[in-house]
Amino acid sequence: MTPVLHYIALKTGRALFVVWAAFTVTFVLLFVLPANPVDLLFDPAELNAIPPEVKAQVADNYGFNEPVVLQYLDRLGHALTGDFGNSVQSGKPVVGAVLDVLPSTLALAAGALALAVLIAFGIALVATATRRAWLRNLVETLPSGAVSVPVFLSGVLMLQIFSFQLGWFPSFGDQGWRSLVLPLVTLAIPVAGPIAQLLVRSFAGEFHSGYVTTSWAKGATRGRIIVGDVLRNAALPALTIAGVTFGNLIAGAVITETVFARKGVGRMTQTAINTLDLPLVAGIVVLVAVSFAVINLAVDLIFPVLDPRLRATLTAGNPG
Amino acid sequence: MTAFASGWARRPVLVVAWLVVLVAIGWAVAPHLFTSYSPFTGDPSASFAPPGAEHWFGTDRLGRDLFARSVYGARTTLTATLLAVLIAFGLGAVVGLIAGFAGGLADTAIMRVVDVFLAIPSLLLAMVVVSVLGYSTNNIALAVGISSIASFARVMRAQVLTVVNQDYVKAAYGLGVGRLGVMTRHVVPNSLSAVIALAALEVGTGVLAVASLGFLGYGAPPPQPEWGLLVAEGRDYVAVHPYASILPGLALAAVVIATHRISTSFRKENHR
Repeated sequence: MTPVLHYIALKTGRALFVVWAAFTVTFVLLFVLPANPVDLLFDPAELNAIPPEVKAQVADNYGFNEPVVLQYLDRLGHALTGDFGNSVQSGKPVVGAVLDVLPSTLALAAGALALAVLIAFGIALVATATRRAWLRNLVETLPSGAVSVPVFLSGVLMLQIFSFQLGWFPSFGDQGWRSLVLPLVTLAIPVAGPIAQLLVRSFAGEFHSGYVTTSWAKGATRGRIIVGDVLRNAALPALTIAGVTFGNLIAGAVITETVFARKGVGRMTQTAINTLDLPLVAGIVVLVAVSFAVINLAVDLIFPVLDPRLRATLTAGNPG
Repeated sequence: MTAFASGWARRPVLVVAWLVVLVAIGWAVAPHLFTSYSPFTGDPSASFAPPGAEHWFGTDRLGRDLFARSVYGARTTLTATLLAVLIAFGLGAVVGLIAGFAGGLADTAIMRVVDVFLAIPSLLLAMVVVSVLGYSTNNIALAVGISSIASFARVMRAQVLTVVNQDYVKAAYGLGVGRLGVMTRHVVPNSLSAVIALAALEVGTGVLAVASLGFLGYGAPPPQPEWGLLVAEGRDYVAVHPYASILPGLALAAVVIATHRISTSFRKENHR
């Protein structure tokens, strides 16, 4: 096998393993660890009033009476064909229910990600380009501030200022682009933080590297060096925290969608957990793990294409 | 001026950060020293009083003093955070130590499991754990702790791997010290500093995670004061009484920003 094929096989194998293991962890957490998973399906206040025959019937329906190994194999087999069972609350298939709200979350997440990347590049460019120390210090404190402010607080502040005081945007719902603006900005702030931190560091690193000194010596201007040399080389490391960014987007989406009462996967997760809709929770967690694995795999596969140094080590037969 | 005092004077932001954290700890340890109001009983006739000299943060729907509720809320939120960080630190350090020190198959197996936990966003993992355990502040702490074990394990393992290759470790082996002795006397003490720096950072992240879960309603039931819950309770009236949600939220944000600032200074000292 050529080194390149070996690299692709290795990375794909790891991605598949992560998805399988996430499925298994979720199964253990939700269906094995609880002493009596059936009880979780009922309202705790009414639990004692429910006759044992009904519980037995429900347990039978969900297969909780089967040996754990059989339950596991059954669920795994169905999951492989894209069947995560039916939601307890709505009775609809889990996959269908998630796909219904997915576009809304994708629009929010994609927009927030784009905005976050813009903000992060803006911060890194200002921090690198400015010669005023106070401005650089100020700009460099922004990223850690961005990750420190709770999403629910910035959401409530946005609502208060731009919706209730100024009346520029609607406060909730999802009608058109206007109702997307506030959630998008709210979600972009915590996502931008870590990207900006990384870019500021890598911009500064590249700015003092040998090829930049060469450019200075050849008479290039500050702007030309930043755009022509630094930007291209410093942007690459941002891809390595794609996984962290994805996690921030998911966690942020849960809170943002709750604050702005938007429909979406995040709010659905919250409802599913509130109502202990275990099949729906399991389906969402596995879906998130699949997305995470796919994103990381894509980064692993694209990186050698973009970075000639990594490509060189690969073809030399040294897969990472 | 002594060198110690001038060192602090040159970093006013850090001084403010420490003050914020100390005040928050004071709130948690002895809330009654900071407010004479009760966090539970209010004067219903004085509901939604705006912030002022009498009620610094104003009052809520039931006329309860929101400053008192924020002060008492520090105990709930910070205790849960401390517990979460201790769980993550303790278990993560042990797992990372075993992986890094044992090496080979054990290392590979442990790190693959850690990868899986890193693949599930920690807030989502914490939500799942809380749903299985039941809603309470202690369970939130446990859930947040469990969901951060993986990152501690990773940092600890990386540290252990660099330490075991140091000359003094080889020298210890050469002098006939056993594996257990090398581990406890040399590897652990020299690996912990990076993990402690991470723990400082995790305090800020932990406060955020605990408050987020509280905001979503998985923590202490409503009469209890908790920072995330306070913001959630105020959110319903944000259009007319914004301070009820925003002031407790700002107290929370101040603590998180301050802990981040402090953990950054720790990391810089480490690199020196």
